[in-house]
Amino acid sequence: MGVDRRQFLKLAGISAAFGLGGSVGFQLLRPGALDAAERMPTPYQMVFPKSQGNSEVMPNPKALKGRRWGMVIDMRKLTVEKARAAIQACNYYHNVPTIPGKQNIKWIWLTGYTNAFPEVENPFADPAIKNARFIAMCNHCDNPPCVRVCPTKATFQREDGIVMMDMHRCIGCRFCMAGCPYGSRSFNFRDPRPFIKKEYPKYPTRTKGVVEKCTFCSERLAVGKLPACAEASGGAMVFGDVDDAGSELRQLLRSRYSIRRKPNLGTHPQVYYLV
Amino acid sequence: MKLYNGPQIIVGLVIFLAIFTYPLWSGAGKAAPVPKPQPVPKSVATQCVADTAYMRTSHMTLLNYWRDEVVRDGDRLYVSASGKTFNMSLSNTCFECHTSKVKFCDQCHNYLAISPFCWDCHLTPKEKK
Repeated sequence: MGVDRRQFLKLAGISAAFGLGGSVGFQLLRPGALDAAERMPTPYQMVFPKSQGNSEVMPNPKALKGRRWGMVIDMRKLTVEKARAAIQACNYYHNVPTIPGKQNIKWIWLTGYTNAFPEVENPFADPAIKNARFIAMCNHCDNPPCVRVCPTKATFQREDGIVMMDMHRCIGCRFCMAGCPYGSRSFNFRDPRPFIKKEYPKYPTRTKGVVEKCTFCSERLAVGKLPACAEASGGAMVFGDVDDAGSELRQLLRSRYSIRRKPNLGTHPQVYYLV
Repeated sequence: MKLYNGPQIIVGLVIFLAIFTYPLWSGAGKAAPVPKPQPVPKSVATQCVADTAYMRTSHMTLLNYWRDEVVRDGDRLYVSASGKTFNMSLSNTCFECHTSKVKFCDQCHNYLAISPFCWDCHLTPKEKK
């Protein structure tokens, strides 16, 4: 059976009219039936069906609140013993492994004056400063280069200034390690668990292939405790709100001269050393 | 058409098919035992963070939501639909009642042949022998 030109044009016309009019027809007969976008459940509804609808999340009321967290390290008070105690406390509470060689993981560590402050190198500086052992850790910069380079937003800056890691999102590309001018980040080249002397059960370990660093003890701040290093340092490390002019931290900064690591890079580090 | 080395080929084919289909016929008619996650004794807790049906199907969604809230926003408390407040933590809250990963989590995960990588980082209580 053949189709002549006349029949073909008629069919094509009817099909076109139906195709064009289809959605209009739906809107007339069943308004709203095609509005898929509006009918999609919100993420919140997807997580919580009706039975969980009236649940909610909130911060712990005991949590310490600050607009901009920072740390002051008093080099007159900081002895090597106090520093070691602080490092030990940090390593224990965060399951930081000790791996021999170049693959070690560092959250907080001891370093020399010229290593910590390369641009203020001075051969005739006060030996008490020049030969001191400085505590180095993540500076929780106001302008963190690690956050800028992270391709997955695994590292990000919280509203209170803490530069945080979301281990669930880290893909181990190590851009942040290249970005950080302080060497504050360590990569897990291998499973760290066999290298943890004593596991602290309340804090997770890390897994192979993620980068980690100091978090200013965000998990302790959330329950109203000071960072582990500040607590263990016997007053040599003072944690507080940089934005609060009345805080102990700001009073210390007013009372003595302080330096920061590599301020010329424009990262605005928030760890201050009283010298 | 002539089949060269016919007997050897046919015997070989039969042996191959028998081995290849072994997983199909060896388990025929037998169902894997239904998983029995260890229930929490009534003396420990009477209600979970959500009802059982929801937890059974969607605990992973809830845990992902908890993770985002805790890590990203620092909100660490969860007020459940029944009004009880929980600390949003896998290792510290879930395992307070479900004290054994082997007897609880692994039961269904093994049955469904899924291996979530939560445990690569999050510590679980030591299993009691």
